[in-house]
Amino acid sequence: MISIRNVSKHYGSFQVLSDCSTEVEKGEVIVVCGPSGSGKSTLIKCVNGLEPFQQGEIVVNGISVGDPKTKLAKLRAHVGMVFQNFELFPHMSVSDNLAIAQIKVLGRSREEAIGRGLKLLDRVGLSAQAEKYPGQLSGGQQQRVAIARALAMDPICMLFDEPTSALDPEMVKEVLDVMVDLAQEGMTMMVVSHEMGFARRVAHRVIFMDQGRIVEDAPKEEFFGQPRSERAQQFLSKILQH
Amino acid sequence: MAEFDWSSIPGAWPFLWAGMQTTLEITVLAVAAGIVWGTLLAIMRMSDIRLLSWFAASYVNLFRSIPLVMVLLWFFLIVPALLESLFSTPRTSDTRLSSALVAFALFEAAYYAEIIRAGIQSVSRGQSAAALALGMSQSQTMRLVILPQAVSNMVPLLLTQGIILFQDTSLVYVSSLADFFGAAYKVGDRDGRLVELLLFAGAVYFAICFSASMLVKHFQKRAGS
Repeated sequence: MISIRNVSKHYGSFQVLSDCSTEVEKGEVIVVCGPSGSGKSTLIKCVNGLEPFQQGEIVVNGISVGDPKTKLAKLRAHVGMVFQNFELFPHMSVSDNLAIAQIKVLGRSREEAIGRGLKLLDRVGLSAQAEKYPGQLSGGQQQRVAIARALAMDPICMLFDEPTSALDPEMVKEVLDVMVDLAQEGMTMMVVSHEMGFARRVAHRVIFMDQGRIVEDAPKEEFFGQPRSERAQQFLSKILQH
Repeated sequence: MAEFDWSSIPGAWPFLWAGMQTTLEITVLAVAAGIVWGTLLAIMRMSDIRLLSWFAASYVNLFRSIPLVMVLLWFFLIVPALLESLFSTPRTSDTRLSSALVAFALFEAAYYAEIIRAGIQSVSRGQSAAALALGMSQSQTMRLVILPQAVSNMVPLLLTQGIILFQDTSLVYVSSLADFFGAAYKVGDRDGRLVELLLFAGAVYFAICFSASMLVKHFQKRAGS
């Protein structure tokens, strides 16, 4: 589904990504972790072309992201993305947030888009909030709306860029619960996150990055059992203490 | 010091009112044209195409570095002569109003461009990333997501700039165009009551601009809540 081959990216002389390669199969859930500045957010943003890269190739569902001939908008319409800071559109009601791209990008009718949005809002437990504005919701609720907004486009896979790191601790669970449900239904997911509990529960593989490199790419059991690299062991011992 | 004598004002009212209409006409048209041209300049300035952003930046810097009254004089003196030589229009036609309008619009656009650019840049980059990630095109992102948020951020500043322009229209006196200030000056000069007329004109400008500023503040508060 997602194939990342030898991708490198630099800002001037600063290397952000060095020779990153991995594969995400259909229905697989991959958690990408690593210290801040390790390039994990940059890598996931390369997958839908929000960040350009200079070398290597990323192929999503048979379409090459780096190819200048690729219509990125068309690809992105079917690759859902959830951001650290939710990024709901503050000037639109929740139901318009869910409907706008369905109408303007997929060409659905307004009734169909609103209906589909409401169904997904119900699924994330927020059908009572449809007419509110994002500013009136808690962070956890906003992030669940953002997930519903991405799902409304019928994505073939979902990218999560640190979806819980801007949340108050008591709201993390409600967002992770939605993500766990999604994973268990077989959605292909690439998740940048430090939530190791989530990784243990639903991830198939864990990728550990450091200084722009993929240091470890292993099945979950192996990763939590015996990570091979010293750097990954250090990182895990630091974040699992709490 | 002699007492004030306000008696020449009531009789001159139709003339003063005509002046106020000219003032308002210049203000409204220059604001409208300035916003349109200013939006284009702002988009050019943020463009990836070097030549466009260089042109817009130079334009803005140029107009913000020269006095408005000079721009008005240039347009008053040079443009009619230019038109005359280009289209051999008769010198008798009065181009004062149109040259003042063009001068104000071009001058104000430089200020509006900066307000609009700041408004667009005040919308976080994450918003455009989210819109693009949903599959929207660049222009849909600008139209549906960025501009609606930018506009509500910049409306108070655009209105404030409009109030400043309303005051600055009095500078058309350099071309002896009878705007409100020019009309008041002429009446005062004719009746030997210059001090009274100028005090009166000042009070009118103050009343209009002060209440307009209050209105802007009121809207700003309501938008902020």
